[in-house]
Amino acid sequence: MTLRGWVTCAVIVVLALVPPIVSLVDNAFILDMATRFVILAIAAVSLNLILGYGRMISFGHAAYLGIGAYAVGIPAYYEVYNGYLHILIAMSVSAVFALVTGIVCLRTRGVNFIMITMAFAQMVFFAFVSIEEYGGDDGLVIEMRSEFGSLIDLENASVLYYVCFVSLLLILYLIRRIVRSRFGMVIQGARGNEPRMQSLGFDTFRYKLACYVIAGTICGYAGALLGNFTNFISPEMMDWTRSGELIFMVVLGGTGSVFGPVLGTSVFLFLEEILSGLWLYWQLVFGVFLILVVLFAKGGIDSWLSGRRTH
Amino acid sequence: MDWTLLTVQLLNGLQLGILLFLLASGLTLIFGIMDFVNLAHGSLYMVGAFFCATFTQWLDSFLLGLLLALPATAVIGLLVELLVVRRLYQRDHLDHVLATFGLILVFDTLTQMIWGPDGQVIPLPAWLDGQITLMDGIVLPTYRIAIIITGLAVAFGLFVLVTRTRLGMRIRAGASNRTMISALGINISLLFSIVFVMGAVLAGLAGMMIAPITEASIGMGNQIIIVAFVVIVIGGIGSIKGAFIAAVIVGLIDTMGRSYLDALFKLFMSAQNAETSAPAVSAMLIYILMAVILAVRPAGLFGPRGR
Repeated sequence: MTLRGWVTCAVIVVLALVPPIVSLVDNAFILDMATRFVILAIAAVSLNLILGYGRMISFGHAAYLGIGAYAVGIPAYYEVYNGYLHILIAMSVSAVFALVTGIVCLRTRGVNFIMITMAFAQMVFFAFVSIEEYGGDDGLVIEMRSEFGSLIDLENASVLYYVCFVSLLLILYLIRRIVRSRFGMVIQGARGNEPRMQSLGFDTFRYKLACYVIAGTICGYAGALLGNFTNFISPEMMDWTRSGELIFMVVLGGTGSVFGPVLGTSVFLFLEEILSGLWLYWQLVFGVFLILVVLFAKGGIDSWLSGRRTH
Repeated sequence: MDWTLLTVQLLNGLQLGILLFLLASGLTLIFGIMDFVNLAHGSLYMVGAFFCATFTQWLDSFLLGLLLALPATAVIGLLVELLVVRRLYQRDHLDHVLATFGLILVFDTLTQMIWGPDGQVIPLPAWLDGQITLMDGIVLPTYRIAIIITGLAVAFGLFVLVTRTRLGMRIRAGASNRTMISALGINISLLFSIVFVMGAVLAGLAGMMIAPITEASIGMGNQIIIVAFVVIVIGGIGSIKGAFIAAVIVGLIDTMGRSYLDALFKLFMSAQNAETSAPAVSAMLIYILMAVILAVRPAGLFGPRGR
């Protein structure tokens, strides 16, 4: 097995063992950190599907986190706690939003695409800021987590964690299947040379749009988990700087593999946690680190593990 | 119809449009010529405002403070270009976006370290702080008129610079074919530095002019920069004329939408529905406008075809 394979297995095993370890050392904070990590990892993995494999640099991916979270929060505001309904709303609204904005965004390329995805995410952000009914700027407290019958009780922190963890595994598997399918090959072909794929007879616009919708829908699901985890939602969750952080997680981990963004997310959150405890102005170090990564570390952690340069 | 309110709102919209143009013109020039996406453009807007606040406090004069803050912002812009941006021209857009995102964190944190977490107030001199009375008793704040006049003058100057001077000719040539202009013996890296610094000064000027109204605060550029992106996407990337027209349209639509959309909605829905939906829709107006324009013209109003 390659080094990359070992690391992947090790990370998954450690993640699977988090709740028992936490109950041994009796430190709920670690479980909170781990849950947040797993949820953001799902978002990062979904972003990598379009960013890494499709070279569609979406700077508005945090919007789906917000949409998913509000899909839990708004029904909860009306005292509807059915979790299946929450997930259904989160994923279908995300899919529709991705479809509508995708049709506009994918007509453009390059830098226009970046700015337009960003602008649409800002649109959702400002829409929620200005809806006073759901808390506006101040956000909304979710009184109770989603209900999934008696079998799964999300109010139990370990259960919530395992739901997120199993979701991550399933989504990793799903994206691996997508990437290796004929569909995924067309997407990657279009990344390299779109006119060539078109002359081979593929309607690349439709493939890219489908890919864009899949990524958005998965991230909407992650948003529903995030809403459940934080018990509090606010427009700040989908601020464009959040989207920037997601991109950084993906690039830090490496866009060349399905698992790379998970590593990127872990390093990102770990650094954030350590630095913010050490120094009031930790974001300065963080910003400089980001610039240095871009300037000198192409390919991210993943290419370092597999010993090759991916781009 | 309240004519004073309408005039004031029109002026506010025009003023927002002018500020957006100052930001967007730099962005669009930098993108058009260097193919560089600069998210940190809003940070230069903020830096300009903070410099202006400090110099105004030192010299006790807003005008002198502004005149000193302009070259100071230029120096910061030059440093950013030499230290970071210059190394990124050959990279792809993803790297631009990430590195300048890092720059935003650096700028926001440094500003907080130097000036503290609170906003900086810039006092206006008495001659700018008053009001002008037009006919029919329409009263307008002097300073907003001053912003609009200054902005229009800068826009005109920029237009002359780009269309009538040798430097402008090189800038336009660089925008249409970079390789060719460097093959013709133009020092392309010097040209890049000049354009980047010019963009920085324009962004800084916008920050300095708005700061007496809103005060200079940390992260003040991070929201308006997105609107500036909307402007250059609508106007067509690389086009100064497009940036100007789009900036004024966006400024007017945003301001007018916020003040009159609920009245418009009340014509065909209940007052309560209008009051809840109007703020959300008016916040989305400019993005809807962008989507519509892109659906018709993917390269924007004055964009180059085929980019």
